[in-house]
Amino acid sequence: MIEVPALLPALPEIILAIGALALLMLGVFTGEKSLRTVSALAVLLLLAAAAAVLPGYRDTVVTFGGMFVSDSFGGFCKILILLGSALSIIISVDYLERENLKRFEYPVLIVLATLGMLMMVSSNDLIALYIGLETQSLALYVMAAFSRDSARSTEAGLKYFVLGALSSGMLLYGSSLIYGFTGGTSFSLIAAAVSGSGPVPIGVLLGLVFVMAGLAFKVSAVPFHMWTPDVYEGAPTPVTAFFAVAPKIAAMALLVRTMFGAFPEISDQWQQILVFLSIASMVVGAVFAIVQTNIKRLMAYSSIGHVGYALMGVATGTPDGVKSVLVYLAIYLAMNVGAFALIIAMRRKDGATESIADLAGLSRTRPAMAFALAIFMFSLAGIPPLAGFFGKFYVFIAAIEANLTFLAVIGALASAVSAFYYLRIVKVMYFDEPADAFDVNTGRGITAVATVSALVTLLFFVFPAPIVGAAAYAAQSLFQ
Amino acid sequence: MQGLLAEYLPILLFLGVATAFSLIMIGAAVLVARQNPDPAKLAAYECGFDAFGDSRGQFDVRFYLVAILFIIFDLEVAFLFPWAISLGGIGLFGFWSMMIFLGVLTVGFVYEWKKGALEWE
Repeated sequence: MIEVPALLPALPEIILAIGALALLMLGVFTGEKSLRTVSALAVLLLLAAAAAVLPGYRDTVVTFGGMFVSDSFGGFCKILILLGSALSIIISVDYLERENLKRFEYPVLIVLATLGMLMMVSSNDLIALYIGLETQSLALYVMAAFSRDSARSTEAGLKYFVLGALSSGMLLYGSSLIYGFTGGTSFSLIAAAVSGSGPVPIGVLLGLVFVMAGLAFKVSAVPFHMWTPDVYEGAPTPVTAFFAVAPKIAAMALLVRTMFGAFPEISDQWQQILVFLSIASMVVGAVFAIVQTNIKRLMAYSSIGHVGYALMGVATGTPDGVKSVLVYLAIYLAMNVGAFALIIAMRRKDGATESIADLAGLSRTRPAMAFALAIFMFSLAGIPPLAGFFGKFYVFIAAIEANLTFLAVIGALASAVSAFYYLRIVKVMYFDEPADAFDVNTGRGITAVATVSALVTLLFFVFPAPIVGAAAYAAQSLFQ
Repeated sequence: MQGLLAEYLPILLFLGVATAFSLIMIGAAVLVARQNPDPAKLAAYECGFDAFGDSRGQFDVRFYLVAILFIIFDLEVAFLFPWAISLGGIGLFGFWSMMIFLGVLTVGFVYEWKKGALEWE
């Protein structure tokens, strides 16, 4: 007889799973006009799941035969992911209605992808890791191709699918090597197997490299970033907004969980890989974005660069480093949701536009929108006293304290280069001759989300303590 | 470790014999047989007819849809058999796990039915 495992630690996931099925049934029985109802309910569902994370936030509980762990690190990331998903539904609905993509499957797919992300964050076993990752990815592939009649969107979906399958293959191959050489798939078994004296088996190292390559693909770290600009450009803009936020946070949390959960004793081995990934991502993200004319491609390279900074925090291997990554992800969430809300709002009478030149003279036609976008661009560039500066600040401090000063120096240099293209957008908005004005009717959801995230970005320096304190507490739970 | 590897020795032998045997057959055909090709001999064999058309012709995407929907329920059956055999050993937890799995599949089935994926025209 198999004992029934404790289900309560997985309450957020159970809520999302049951809710997604219920929403699917609701949508299919009320027809295509139900997009708004299903979206509103999906947002409530995500917030309910976030509320369900809170009761077990302080305890570390392992359940489902050691496959699933619920702790404050997972709780912190889950709340970020759930917020990111809820906000991306809010900013999507108007766009979907106007672009003739009015299908209720959209919020349902977001809920299902979010379910996968929560499982990734809580995984404590290579098999649970893979199941969570695929639950997330399959929903994301469909979302990338959501605009079925657009050749670019279907191309984005296909490209994402093929390359995603390749990366899953690498991850599985690495997992099989690790299983073969350590005799277990559970993170605690692997950690025990590699912690003994003597050299680490070469098979485990090979497996570690393959697993990291697969995860680097999911966070789109250089040199596994090739899919990002194409998929971000081809997918419908709200989908891009979602891709840039929640899956990134989930994959980064998964990387942290795997490295610190399964390979804590051989951190010197994975640190050098992460240092390389971090440097390459920061440099490529900064340099390649300069020549972009499409704002979605630019944001893709921007997100690659930001992944590089977050990886720097992971590469330190210290609790302070994990804390800085969590703070970075929280700030990244606020900046990117806000910036993408405004990119979704870029539309004229004849449809949505996405070229940087279309922003020309925005300060005169839409001063509030231009000001908010300028805040996000300054923050993404890391200019004090905006939130983006503090994200980078904590990461650099953690890197210097871990004797990775050269990494922090490269990060600061890349940050200076990347400031060029962020500030160029501000220049286009404030100093160029106005292009045709955008549609005035932005939609309440977008306005509200952009306002709130602009305020968070602007005023983070007044009250950093709650977020930084929660991140520090969450990071500690990985080191017990 | 040694004992484990020794158990795989027959498979290794089998692979070697199979490879060698097939290479010998192909090689003998190339070396010994008389070769006198003409266009009819080189054409793809299609039940004795002349080839009808390019094998890369387009056909309806609905065939894929039906095939995918079939695979889901095919797999369901593949899971049901071992579950039914071992039900005595896995108890109530195993029973309800399968019920939840079937419930999820049923929701998907209702969805595809309402969406009209099962109607050919």
